[in-house]
Amino acid sequence: MNTNIAVDARNVGKIYGAGIGAVTALGDVSISIKQGEFFTLLGPSGCGKTTLLRCIAGFETPTSGTIHLSGQDITHTPPNQRPVNTVFQSYALFPHLSVAQNVGFGLKMLGKPAVEVASAVARVLALVKLEDFADRLPQQLSGGQQQRVALARALAPEPEVLLLDEPLSALDLKLRKEMQSELKRLQTETGITFIFVTHDQEEALTMSNRIGVMSQGALLQVGTPHEIYDHPVNRFVADFIGETNFLEGQVDGTRVRIGTGDLLDVQLAGQTGGVTLAIRPEQIGLGAVGSGLTATITETTYMGTDTHYALALGDGSQIIARVQSNSAGALSVGDTVGVSIDTKAVQVLKS
Amino acid sequence: MSNAGGQRSKGANGWLLSAPALILLVFAASGPLLIVALYSILEKGDYSGVRWILSGDGWFRVLFERDIFDQTVSLADANLSIFWRSVKLSISTTIITFVLGLPTGWFIATRPAKSRAFWLFLITIPFWTNLLIRTFAIMEVVRNEGILNTALISAGLISDPIQIMYTDTAVLIGMTYVYLPLMVLPLYAAIDRFDFRLIEAGYDLYASRWQVLRGVIVPIIKPGIIAGSILVFIPSLGAYVTPRLLGGGKNMMIGNFIELQFGQGQNWPLGAALSTVLLLIVLVSLVVYTRVSSRDNPNG
Repeated sequence: MNTNIAVDARNVGKIYGAGIGAVTALGDVSISIKQGEFFTLLGPSGCGKTTLLRCIAGFETPTSGTIHLSGQDITHTPPNQRPVNTVFQSYALFPHLSVAQNVGFGLKMLGKPAVEVASAVARVLALVKLEDFADRLPQQLSGGQQQRVALARALAPEPEVLLLDEPLSALDLKLRKEMQSELKRLQTETGITFIFVTHDQEEALTMSNRIGVMSQGALLQVGTPHEIYDHPVNRFVADFIGETNFLEGQVDGTRVRIGTGDLLDVQLAGQTGGVTLAIRPEQIGLGAVGSGLTATITETTYMGTDTHYALALGDGSQIIARVQSNSAGALSVGDTVGVSIDTKAVQVLKS
Repeated sequence: MSNAGGQRSKGANGWLLSAPALILLVFAASGPLLIVALYSILEKGDYSGVRWILSGDGWFRVLFERDIFDQTVSLADANLSIFWRSVKLSISTTIITFVLGLPTGWFIATRPAKSRAFWLFLITIPFWTNLLIRTFAIMEVVRNEGILNTALISAGLISDPIQIMYTDTAVLIGMTYVYLPLMVLPLYAAIDRFDFRLIEAGYDLYASRWQVLRGVIVPIIKPGIIAGSILVFIPSLGAYVTPRLLGGGKNMMIGNFIELQFGQGQNWPLGAALSTVLLLIVLVSLVVYTRVSSRDNPNG
C-alpha cells in the first residue's frame, strides 16, 4: 500500500434508480490522489464530478467500487466519522451561529475543550484574514467573506482531505481571481490535500497540481495542467480545455492532408487513415499570402493584448487565430492572408 | 436616504383615514376588555349582573373563600386546582403537539412540491369542521364502548374497558387533536424555509444526528416552534368546549369555571376577575417564554 496516496477510488460507480429509469452518474472511475496535492476534477455540469466528490465526503454511497482514505476503506463510513471536510458551493454556513461559532463547530463536535477550540478558531480566522469578523453573523458578511468563513470552517478541524465543490462559482471575476491565489496559498501553507471541483478550465489550469477531466460519468484524462493542455487524449478534452480548432484530415505518408488539399508536416505517432488535428489559436500565425495556407478573414475581435481572427480556409472550414494585437498590422474583414501553423505543437487525434 | 414606508405623514388626513381601524380597535377590542376589568371591581348583583358599587369581593374570591357561618377566611383550594389543571393541561398539550407536529411538518415539507398541498389539506380539514362535531368524534373513540376500548378488548389486550372519558387524559387527547394543526402549520412553514444543505454541513463537521437536530435544525426553525407553541398554548388555556364535553362536569378548566360564574354561579365580578387573571397568565407566559427562548443559546 502506497502511503503517499491520500484518496484512492477504485472502480467507483454510482447509479441512481433501477431498471429502465436508472441513471449512471459515475461509470467505473479509478483515481489516486496524492497527499498534499491540489487536485482538480474538471468537467461540464452533469459529468459526475460532484457525485464523485460526494462519494468521497460520504454523502453518497457508491453502488460499486471502494474508496480508501490513507489506506483505510471508508466506502461505508458515515460523513461525520471521516477526517474529510467540505467547502460547499452554497457555503452552507449556519445562519444562527457567529463566524467564530461556525468555524469552531467541527472541533466542538469532535469534543475538543473550549480553550483548544477558541485558539484554533483564532488561528484559522487569521489564516483567512477574518480576525475582525469573529462575532458577526454570516448574513452580515459579503459573498467573498462568507466564502472565507466556509473555508475556515472546513480547515479548522485539520482534515486529511479538503473537498471544495465549485466554491468560487458565486463570486464575481475579480474576487474569484483573488480567491484562486488565496486557495493556492492556503493549500501550500497547510499542506492539506485539496480536491477541487470546477467546470472552469482556466481555474483548473491556474491552481492545480493535477487535473482529472470528466465527462458523462467517466474520467477521460488525468495529468498536470501542461499535459492536459498540450497533449489532450481526445477531442472532448482538447475542446474543453482552452480554445481549439479542429481540422479533419487523412494521413498521407508522414504528413496529413487536410480538406484544402494542403499537406501539414505534423508529428504522427503511427496513426493511419482519418485523423483530427487539434490546433490551438495561438499556434496559428498570419502573414503575407504565399506562406503556408491561404485564408480569408471573416471576423476580427479585438481583445486588448490579443486580436482574434476568424478565418475561412479554401475548403470553407473555419479556424480561429489568436495574434498579438500589434504584430499582424492592420488586417480587416475580407482580407486574404497567409496562414502558418506551428506544426510541431499540433495534436493528432483519432477521428 | 428617503424612507417612504417609515415617514408617512400623520396629518389630519392620516388620522381620518385610520379612523375606522381606530374605532374598531377601541370599541371592539379594548372596549370589552375594559368592561370586564370594570365589572371585576364592582359588587355582585342579586341574581346576575353587577351593582354599580366598588367592591374587592370579586378579586378576593379568586384566591380565598369565606365560610358562610363563622366568616373565617381560607384559601380557595378548588379555584387553585382548576388554575393548576388548566396550566398543566395546556403545557402538556403544547409539548405533545410539538412532539407530534415536528415530524409531521418535516414530512410535509420534504414531500415533492406537488403533493404538499394534499398533505396540508389533510391537516387543515379539521379546521373547517365544527368543534363540537370533532369533540364528539373524539368521544366516540375514547368512551368505554368506543372504538379504542372495543379494539383493545377484541384484541385480548385488556378485559375491561379503560376509563378515559371524563378524565384529564380525555381532555388532553381532545385538545391535542383540536390544536395540532395550529402547531403543524407554523412548523411546516419554518421547515419549508430551512436549507437542508445545512444538515450535510453538520454531518460533514462531525456532528451526530442528534447534534444536528439540536444544534442546527431546532435553533433555525425556532421562530416556527415559538409561533406554534403560542398558538396552541393560548387557546388551550382558555379552552371551553373540549374540557366541558370530555372532562365532564368535575374536571373543569378555567374557561368552564368562568362560564360557571356568569351562568349558574351568578357572580359576574368573580367571573370578570377570573377572566382578567387568565389574561394576565397568558401575558406573563408570553413574555417569559419569548424572553427565555430568545436568550437560550443553542451553542452554550
